[in-house]
Amino acid sequence: MTSYALFLGCTIPARQPHYELAARKALTRLGIQLVDMEGATCCAPPPLQSIDLETSLAIAAYNICLAEEADLNIVTLCTGCFESLTIANRLLKEKPELREKVNKILANAGKEFRGTKEVRHYLQVLMDDIGIDRLKQSIVKPLNNLKVAAFSGCHLLRPSELLRFDDPERPRIFDTLIEALGAKSIPYKNKLRCCGGLLRGYADDVALAIARDKIVNAYNAGADCISTLCPFCFLTLDLGQMLIKATYKEEYNMPIIHYAELLSLSLGVEPKELALDFHKVKIDRVLEKIG
Amino acid sequence: MSGEKPLDFTKEITSKLGGETIARCYQCGTCASTCPVTRTTERYNPRQIIRLALLGQRDEVLKGDSIWLCASCYNCQERCPQKVEIADVIYALRNIAIREGNIPAIYTEFANGLMSEGRLAPISKFLEKKRADYGLPPLKPTGVEAIKKILAATGFDKIMFKKEGTPQ
Ligand code: SF4
Ligand code: SF4
Repeated sequence: MTSYALFLGCTIPARQPHYELAARKALTRLGIQLVDMEGATCCAPPPLQSIDLETSLAIAAYNICLAEEADLNIVTLCTGCFESLTIANRLLKEKPELREKVNKILANAGKEFRGTKEVRHYLQVLMDDIGIDRLKQSIVKPLNNLKVAAFSGCHLLRPSELLRFDDPERPRIFDTLIEALGAKSIPYKNKLRCCGGLLRGYADDVALAIARDKIVNAYNAGADCISTLCPFCFLTLDLGQMLIKATYKEEYNMPIIHYAELLSLSLGVEPKELALDFHKVKIDRVLEKIG
Repeated sequence: MSGEKPLDFTKEITSKLGGETIARCYQCGTCASTCPVTRTTERYNPRQIIRLALLGQRDEVLKGDSIWLCASCYNCQERCPQKVEIADVIYALRNIAIREGNIPAIYTEFANGLMSEGRLAPISKFLEKKRADYGLPPLKPTGVEAIKKILAATGFDKIMFKKEGTPQ
């Protein structure tokens, strides 16, 4: 059995138990063992990088040290955590001077970054550890050609030089994994463009205008839902539709569904076992379509 | 710091983590044309920020609203023909601005969460109970004490909290 240290981050436990629940159910059914991390903290995402990059690297490295000590690779659900931890892991593995500098900081917390572990996003676990064929064989409830607008979020793909997840201009992995569930990954305008989520709290009007574009483009392409990987994208697009309704007087009713939820459903998890009441935009239409 | 020579500010930026590549910019504008924020608001243009910085317009860059409007999406950085690490340059500029006390309120909130709980977002009692209802395991405690030591070692605590425990 493959085991991983599960890095939850901040947003998922604080606001989106439905994501965690679906991911745990799906990965466990597929034979992945998830070990909860003792002493993990925030991953030091863009808001903290904006305050101080060096501190952020040290915080990310601290969390990687925990996995090194437990002798486990890390799996993340949130793409933001994937980005922060992967960047730190790669930079510190590949730049000895930077590693030395960060290790001096970490020594104060009794840690040393050794560079012995990998950080993976759960999509990589599905692709590489389980494999598309075995995944397809595990599907008991194919998604009936559901039209899915795939939205991976920026930080799964970019900066590609360090993340090395997929082709940043023509990514295929997420779409392949959607289609493995018996759904269709449909093309839509500006598919790879940002949702604006990181501007929430500083420039809400700008953030909302960018999020609205995303919803409109998926809507115009005839999507049954938008599928997300990042809790921040989810929030921006799901709660965002309530704000769009209030600000623009427009209603799209576009279900936003984490890929882990689609995966769970296709593996035969019952909707009532998932925490679907955490969706602001109700997903009944999608459940009906997949039967 | 008016009267500062352009090169001084460029040097200051290139010596910061993230800022190393700024001087490679030849002002082609590819970044602005791929930026989702520039497409949405006139308040933001990454090429313009870089131009002002390279001209030594320190105050205008660091005290203005513009550097806070990057969504860190890295679209521009993928496409810059000069391999300027634009999103990282913006982080470097924000790092300098913050050290000088130009701190948007939302960042103080994040720093507070990190210092007190080791997380940016607190876990409500409601959610802790919900977790149990759903059969999710209880959350393990965060390593907030270790974080405090790291923040003290980098001086982050002094940057964000001038007086003991009080945000600036
Ligand atoms: S794309 Fe690169 S070279 Fe062109 S203006 Fe932007 S930063 Fe400068
Ligand atoms: S990283 Fe910032 S400047 Fe670059 S395209 Fe995204 S929002 Fe615009």
